[in-house]
Amino acid sequence: MGSLFAYVLLGLFTGAAYAIMASGLVLTYTTTRVFNIAHGAFGMFLSFVFWDFTQRQGIPTVLSLILVLGVVAPAIGWFIQRFVTRGLGEGPVSVALVVTVGLLVGLIGLAQYLWPPEPRALLPFWPDTSWNIGGTYVTAHQLVTLICAVAVAFGLYLLLGRTRIGTAMRASVDNPELLKLFGGKPDRVAALSWAIGMSLAALGGILLAPVVLLDYYGLTLLVINAYAAAMIGRLKSLPMTFAGAMVLGILESLAVAYLPKDGFLNSFRAVIPALFLFAIVVLMPQAQLRIGQVKGIVTAPVPTMRSSIGAGAGLLLVALLLVNVVAPNQVLLIGVAATYAMVMLSLVLLTGYGGHVSLAQFTFAGVGALAYAKLDEPNLLGLLVSALIAAAVGALVALPVLRLTGLYLALSTMAFAVLMDKVIFNADFAFKFNGTLAAERLSILGLRIGSDTSYVWFMVLAFVLLSLGLLVLRRGALGRLLIAMRDSPSACGTLGLDMRWFRVGLFALSAGIAGLAGGLFAGLRGTVGAADFLYFQSLLVLLLAVVFGATSVTGALLGGVALMLLPEFQAASPSMAGLLFAVIGFGAVLLGRDPNGIANHLFRVGRWLRERIAPGLGDRLGERLQGLLPRGGTAADGSVDVPLVDVPGSPARPEHGASDTIVIEKVR
Amino acid sequence: MSMALLEVDDVVVRFGGVTAVNRASFTADRGVITGLIGPNGAGKTTCFNVITGLQKPTKGRVRYRDRDVTSWPVHRRARHGVGRTFQRLEAFGSLSVRDNVRVAHEIHGGPLTWLGGRRGVLGVDVLLDRVGIAEYADERADSIPTGTARLLELARCLASDPQLLLLDEPSSGLDETETGAFGALLVDLAAEGCSILMVEHDMDLVMSVCHDIHVLDFGEIIASGAPADIRTDAGVQRAYLGYAEGDGDTTTMQAVAEEVSPA
Repeated sequence: MGSLFAYVLLGLFTGAAYAIMASGLVLTYTTTRVFNIAHGAFGMFLSFVFWDFTQRQGIPTVLSLILVLGVVAPAIGWFIQRFVTRGLGEGPVSVALVVTVGLLVGLIGLAQYLWPPEPRALLPFWPDTSWNIGGTYVTAHQLVTLICAVAVAFGLYLLLGRTRIGTAMRASVDNPELLKLFGGKPDRVAALSWAIGMSLAALGGILLAPVVLLDYYGLTLLVINAYAAAMIGRLKSLPMTFAGAMVLGILESLAVAYLPKDGFLNSFRAVIPALFLFAIVVLMPQAQLRIGQVKGIVTAPVPTMRSSIGAGAGLLLVALLLVNVVAPNQVLLIGVAATYAMVMLSLVLLTGYGGHVSLAQFTFAGVGALAYAKLDEPNLLGLLVSALIAAAVGALVALPVLRLTGLYLALSTMAFAVLMDKVIFNADFAFKFNGTLAAERLSILGLRIGSDTSYVWFMVLAFVLLSLGLLVLRRGALGRLLIAMRDSPSACGTLGLDMRWFRVGLFALSAGIAGLAGGLFAGLRGTVGAADFLYFQSLLVLLLAVVFGATSVTGALLGGVALMLLPEFQAASPSMAGLLFAVIGFGAVLLGRDPNGIANHLFRVGRWLRERIAPGLGDRLGERLQGLLPRGGTAADGSVDVPLVDVPGSPARPEHGASDTIVIEKVR
Repeated sequence: MSMALLEVDDVVVRFGGVTAVNRASFTADRGVITGLIGPNGAGKTTCFNVITGLQKPTKGRVRYRDRDVTSWPVHRRARHGVGRTFQRLEAFGSLSVRDNVRVAHEIHGGPLTWLGGRRGVLGVDVLLDRVGIAEYADERADSIPTGTARLLELARCLASDPQLLLLDEPSSGLDETETGAFGALLVDLAAEGCSILMVEHDMDLVMSVCHDIHVLDFGEIIASGAPADIRTDAGVQRAYLGYAEGDGDTTTMQAVAEEVSPA
């Protein structure tokens, strides 16, 4: 009994810190409709600032606290609202998600750059003071946490219930346009709530840093705890959020106390928030379809079948040339790029066409790789089964969020990615902790694709075939349905489409493509482990897919090459490793509003060039090709597609050659 | 079997402290055009949302073809023949006009029609021609004029072969000639057996094509009846103009029509 009381008490203190963090998240989300996935990352960053002030600059603790909570955090919050997230709330959910994921990655990169990895500790407040209450020691830090939580709750109650601006904040939840008409200033309200939200993230981070440790990733992941707590109040109610945070804190504490100290179950302690989240999501009531969606999203043109096949053949030729020309270790890199490009293809389907965001796409690749290695059937059937398993897992993730909207799906995928990363992949039945599994390269009809060059070329072939399949799907009835669902879910509903199952199917198909890429990746590497499929990798995959263009196959190809190059650059200059993350993250913040990405700009340049320099060249080329291909212009059936001009493969490759000295040698 | 295809029974919808629809009861009969009119903010679109399932009523029932559909999800009602257009347009902006209708055809027909190819397109073009927007077939739906987009929503809805058609301000954005043709189209559709419930501000159109009219004001039904009765109803005139004929002024619903219709 005594120990139960002690653990519940302990859980209350952690819960209090979660509550502070979660209330900031709820405040910014309800007033501006932007769910800040980087909320935990901001808490992390500001905790580092606090560490810098107190430990490095030697500013007294209280003064540092006032500076961080009262000046730095609100200033950042104001800046972010003013220049980054303004207007995102009215746009598609996917854009807001990508932008805040960009912030998350950017902040981690910036923190790594400013404060390079080294052991740091943020000490608890008054570390030597504690009291004995009912046989349990309560530290001063815990008491401070609890007092802060009560103060935050009371402060928010007064602000929202008793002040003019607080009333305006509550009103802006319902209708910012109306608020403007009645003389309120939605921008000021939004800026204030982001300033307060950021301070609360900082306070939560600083209070939790002694427990979670001052670490780039640990504090960043607290957003899942905050989100889980806030879900009890359906991301709206602050009192329910506080209650949720307390329950979560106590559950975690009890898990520490009563789960076995070793073995598989022990690893569950780290993912209690994610499990808690899934449990709540399942219990949420059906969400209503929203009327008044964002209209007329400009998307990258869909190429004609003819030019797609031409481009694919071109890419295969370029790849054939490359794998025979570059150094052996670089052949493997091309295979890695093909893997990433295939995973990004799955995002073209899900995000570019479907408008949904997944923060676990590389985790699905991990599922595919795991299945492929475990099945030990190195042939096409084994690969297909691996993809099907990944698809089934994808469906399982989407099922609980069946009745909810895209935001909840995306957030659940992040919880899922962390769950797989921390628990399942490390379990004895999977890769094992710090372990790897061997995977053999596949054979087709008894012919083993053994050499690096032929296997990598086969991977490029897989990418090309997947791309063509995706384009066929996009041009057909399913593609039309996907776009229709993205443009207006309510119209689809009133036309009789049950979107819930359709979305599960879409998500499963996308996970299946990622799983296929994972299976091929396992064969490429020969050995795969949990470390190959960290949740963070999924965030990078998403960001680069969007930056390079999530609406076109070309964008996926470019993004795949870029993501392959990233660790190469980081290895070349380790001091810049963090900065590169920052560039990618903040780059996505800048470019995330246009999901067509860099690829679409290339298309425009290509069209412009063709019109200026060589009008008619394409037609002549087309006539030549017409003779070679069995069936040409399928574009004539009246869809509004604009023919794609340039060969998608060609612009991507020169980067590779430029960054490395090309060593021509005899390839095995 | 009752005459009414649709029965809205004592429906209440509250948003926070605001009561958008207050104990509204009305019916729409088979094979005729029924009008639902009332000043802006009277709760007409909210009624449509309740009927189609986009909005859960706080209280009350919706019966369709003698079955209680109140708890049915949106798509199930649509599958049973409830179709609608939207006041704030919900066209699929990044698809062509033709593909908008084609999607509806494919949703309605199920996976078998997905492989249909050109045969599906033919039916679609017939529909576009019928509502009179065939010339826009290849344009992106977010680039066409509002009135055309409303007709597109009608064509899209017809592609799913509805038995009850809910039209939310279908004629706004159309000029006089277009409105005339549109009214004739509605009469044709009703003659073919399609029941129509229409929210509309153009009183000339409402009075000329509707068999029955229900008037909604501040969320309550204040009058129901044939056009002739509604035209002379004192309560309706007060709702629209603030005063009625008997109140000492001789304004009729004709003036109401001039006041409200955009033309």
